[in-house]
Amino acid sequence: MNLKPETFSRIDEVIPHYPVKRSAALPLLHLVQEDQGYISQEAIEWIAAKLELQPINIYELVTFYPMFRQKPIGRRHIKVCRTLSCALMGGYKACGEFEKQFNTHRGEISPDGEVTIEFVECLASCGTAPVVMIDDDLHEKVDCAKARELSARIKTEAATRQ
Amino acid sequence: MIAPPKPELVTVNIDGREIAVPKGTNIIEAARMVSVDVPHYCYHPKLTVVGNCRMCLVEMGLPAVDPATKAPIMDPATGKQKINWMPRPTIGCATNASPGLHIRTTSPMVKECREGVMEFLLINHPLDCPICDQAGECKLQEQATGYGRGYSRFIEQKNVKPKRTLLGPRVVLDDERCVLCSRCIRFCKEVAKDDVLGFIDRGSYSTLTAYPGKKLENNYSLNTVDICPVGALTSTDFRFKMRVWFLKQTNSIDTESSVGANTVVWSREGVIYRLTPRRNDAVNDTWMADSGRLLYKQVRTDDRLATVQVNGAESGRDIAVNAASERFKQGGVAIVGSGRSSVEEQFLAKKLAAALKAPAYLVSRVGKGDNLLISADRNPNVRGALVTGLIQTLPSAHLTELAASIDAGRIKTVVSLGEDLTAAGLSAAQLAKVSVIYLGTHANPTSAAAKIVFPGLTVFEKNGTFVNQQFRLQKFHKAVPGFTGAIDDLTVLAKLVAAASSSGTAVASEINALWTSLAAEIPALGTVLFKNLPETGLLLDSTPWAGLPYAESATLHYQLAQPALATA
Repeated sequence: MNLKPETFSRIDEVIPHYPVKRSAALPLLHLVQEDQGYISQEAIEWIAAKLELQPINIYELVTFYPMFRQKPIGRRHIKVCRTLSCALMGGYKACGEFEKQFNTHRGEISPDGEVTIEFVECLASCGTAPVVMIDDDLHEKVDCAKARELSARIKTEAATRQ
Repeated sequence: MIAPPKPELVTVNIDGREIAVPKGTNIIEAARMVSVDVPHYCYHPKLTVVGNCRMCLVEMGLPAVDPATKAPIMDPATGKQKINWMPRPTIGCATNASPGLHIRTTSPMVKECREGVMEFLLINHPLDCPICDQAGECKLQEQATGYGRGYSRFIEQKNVKPKRTLLGPRVVLDDERCVLCSRCIRFCKEVAKDDVLGFIDRGSYSTLTAYPGKKLENNYSLNTVDICPVGALTSTDFRFKMRVWFLKQTNSIDTESSVGANTVVWSREGVIYRLTPRRNDAVNDTWMADSGRLLYKQVRTDDRLATVQVNGAESGRDIAVNAASERFKQGGVAIVGSGRSSVEEQFLAKKLAAALKAPAYLVSRVGKGDNLLISADRNPNVRGALVTGLIQTLPSAHLTELAASIDAGRIKTVVSLGEDLTAAGLSAAQLAKVSVIYLGTHANPTSAAAKIVFPGLTVFEKNGTFVNQQFRLQKFHKAVPGFTGAIDDLTVLAKLVAAASSSGTAVASEINALWTSLAAEIPALGTVLFKNLPETGLLLDSTPWAGLPYAESATLHYQLAQPALATA
């Protein structure tokens, strides 16, 4: 399993926190997804072996929780809220604007590999709807103009990186 | 032997009837003891309790006590202790008997619960009973009739899930029929120790599946088909072959090893369609190996022996017996018995050996035991040969002693009871030196070389008994008529014994008549008779044969009598 050295050390650190190894399954899945961007079949088997379980036990978990991905995503993950408040305040429009800006569709990786856009359920900021999370940062009151601005910022950062 | 400690009994009240049950018994089992059916899907007596089907909901009450003084509160109307009924139902499978526990299984609330659970289970269940293999032995079908509301209120679309998934080489899965009881998952994990099955996409689309890239291919996979309460898991071998209600069930014994798993043979009009395990808590619980389920295929094969032969020509039974009798008169006879023969056949073989003063041998078959239900000794009845006195020591795989006697010219005739002598180490040259009398079911090099051949019956075509590794005497019954042309081995053996004995008196060949003399002549069998032998078998006293170096290691319900004392 090809993980970053710090991921390995965090994995070894987290397992003894639990009375039985099996309980560390979810933290390990989070760590691996953070490192790799998704949970591959190899990762499932590696985690199972690490926790002395069978791969099916981990596979059951991965398919149950929607936040675990089994396919790679773009460099950034744009999560647009679609629960009631955001939906009423224009969450769908914001999502459409992001899709237009990156020439992609929800759930797919944009052609430049930069982003994956997805709808999510409530991000607990209904007062400032519609809200969007880009990776770990919350952006409030995202109308079409703000969506364009955020997209431009991502594109600039991408350009400077190259 | 130390007697097991007597279980502590507690009295529970089920639908008004009091019964004393061992402490820890759950409500389903306790109700079974008073003939009350508590419907269930996920609960299985030999698997852990998960309580996920909710079908066994019952009403429960406990005797009332004063919270402060702990004194019983009496009901003045009845003079008995008051019962505090819980406002909500509880699942029977996970509720253990406790003193004074009261259960109602017929109240309006229980009826409503069952109807509700049945309604939910049927929401996504395809109503394809007319083409479903499980029809006739389906719990969902039975309980929909018994406890369902009888009509559907569901007008929405049913879920679509994978049909015809091949979980492994012997098991097919229809996910739409699955009621998510998880018995198969628990079986694989707890009994077969091959944890490959699981539920993925839990929620409305919960799907039973094997881990991608893995298969349900352990040698116990077909038990999942047996315990599946619905038609989700079906056997590739039995699928679409026959309606179960047409099949006749006959109790039998698995012959693949000395475990002697109890089985049921399912047949119709002389044709066997499947073998399934039969519950015996002292031998095989409710399981059996997949390999043993295929043994019925040996009944109808092209190489079955179907004619009596004398010197290669088709002949009749009595002519062949006379021909054998002529050989016997010349002396120098050896008998190769078989660990696959029944106790009765071994008894007659012993009589034949005694009448001819012939040495008797047995051929051992040793494989690898799987520590579950296949033992290392692949003969089902070596211990029967010990009990009947056919042999005194355990057999070896090669007949070296017999080979030496043949080379020395001491043996002129060999009677083989279904054993292939070439496979047992005799060379073609040694076989050519003797005349072989062969009683067997299938053609092999020995039957081809034999001077006299009697076609015999397989275990499915005759009655008899085996003694398994625990020295448990277990009987099997005739499920289908004998193969055309084949003769009951007991008839042939009885005629040979009569021909060999100086007096020439007839010997009983009918099983019940034979058992009278069997029981009389073999002290270990005491007063046992075939007809009163219980279907779950009878444990014989094994002390006379305790010290022998048996091939078996521990399997389910079998521990070695003593730890292997430096056998190496």
